[in-house]
Amino acid sequence: MQELSKQLTERFPFLSARPSADHPAVNCPQDNVLELLRTLRDEDGYQMLMDVTAIDHYEASPRFEVVYHLFHLERGGYLRIATPCEGDSNPICQSVTELWPAADWHERETYDMFGISFRGHPDLRRILMWDEYPFYPLRKEFPLAGEEVELPAPDFVEQTGGVRVEKAPMMGGPFHSGQKGPMSAREPRADDESWTEVKKRGSDLEGEDDKPREFRPTRT
Amino acid sequence: MSISKEYGYNSKVEGEVIVSRADAVINWVRRHSVWPMPMGLACCAIELMGVGGSRFDISRFGMEVMRFSPRQSDCMIVAGTVTYKMAEVVRRIYDQMAEPKWVVAMGACASTGGMYRSYAVLQGVDRIVPVDVYISGCPPRPEALLDGMMKLQEKIKNEHSTRSLMRGRESRELSYKD
Repeated sequence: MQELSKQLTERFPFLSARPSADHPAVNCPQDNVLELLRTLRDEDGYQMLMDVTAIDHYEASPRFEVVYHLFHLERGGYLRIATPCEGDSNPICQSVTELWPAADWHERETYDMFGISFRGHPDLRRILMWDEYPFYPLRKEFPLAGEEVELPAPDFVEQTGGVRVEKAPMMGGPFHSGQKGPMSAREPRADDESWTEVKKRGSDLEGEDDKPREFRPTRT
Repeated sequence: MSISKEYGYNSKVEGEVIVSRADAVINWVRRHSVWPMPMGLACCAIELMGVGGSRFDISRFGMEVMRFSPRQSDCMIVAGTVTYKMAEVVRRIYDQMAEPKWVVAMGACASTGGMYRSYAVLQGVDRIVPVDVYISGCPPRPEALLDGMMKLQEKIKNEHSTRSLMRGRESRELSYKD
């Protein structure tokens, strides 16, 4: 595993090794990513693009990294390539749709969820949320409960007496463990979002609400 | 000597005339031929298909004619997770169904949003369409759906159908209120 990433970093001087617990992984600068992926596809047999996604590092800069997973069809085995995006609030990345048409929808989803614009993409539209949706839901600052938004069709909204996107109540769902007890620190949970539509949110965390959960001070 | 009780139509007594209430006749017809519109959006739709199969056999209740056209159906069975993006479509299909029409919210997601407490999921289909029957379960057993549909039949049985024939059916309020 480390052998392969070592070989690659020797062959391409712009690469650096990336810590990984499973597959070989390298970091690649934004300017070289297209060249690198083309070489890997045409010369090294990594013909299949399995996944394109992104990581939000929130307070770090560069904030967003786009991650590619390539698969070697003959030998088997994955290769992970990560590349930082230009710009922190309006990140831009090079599109790889010219190499793999399959990247089209992957990049649309990454655009939809993280707001990363892919330069050279033929049809960069949202793919999961509706076109008018103003947020990027997988960014760290976006709460799981969502934000209040008007829905796009005015006649539909009028007919239903003003239905709109409301913050989803976080308490009581099957995947949200309790606020106290042995599992509370280990399970992914709603943390301080123990409010419902009836029981309003407490104001003890005012000012810290904007931060993602892992960046808030822990309550005892 | 045994005393036999005869219910129903007795030609010796009634001749060729049957006396009943219009409501009873109309509701009898309606509740025994509900044509469902399978609004299958997630895994509940698989159970809905199971109900249509021979093992559970929804045709015992006169509901086996699933129509994928809203123009030909009476009862929308919302089976699955309704996202905000899909909500508009569900409402438009509901609007295209001819009166009289009913809605069954099948499963936790359609009823309340279920386990999807998230930014993308409508927290209960009763915010956009008037729901007649809610069925719990994730997904509900086929028996639960059949029970819900029988509850719907009971509901149809007690409707004031004649009055709505003359006046038009009263527009129904959404059951969700904040």
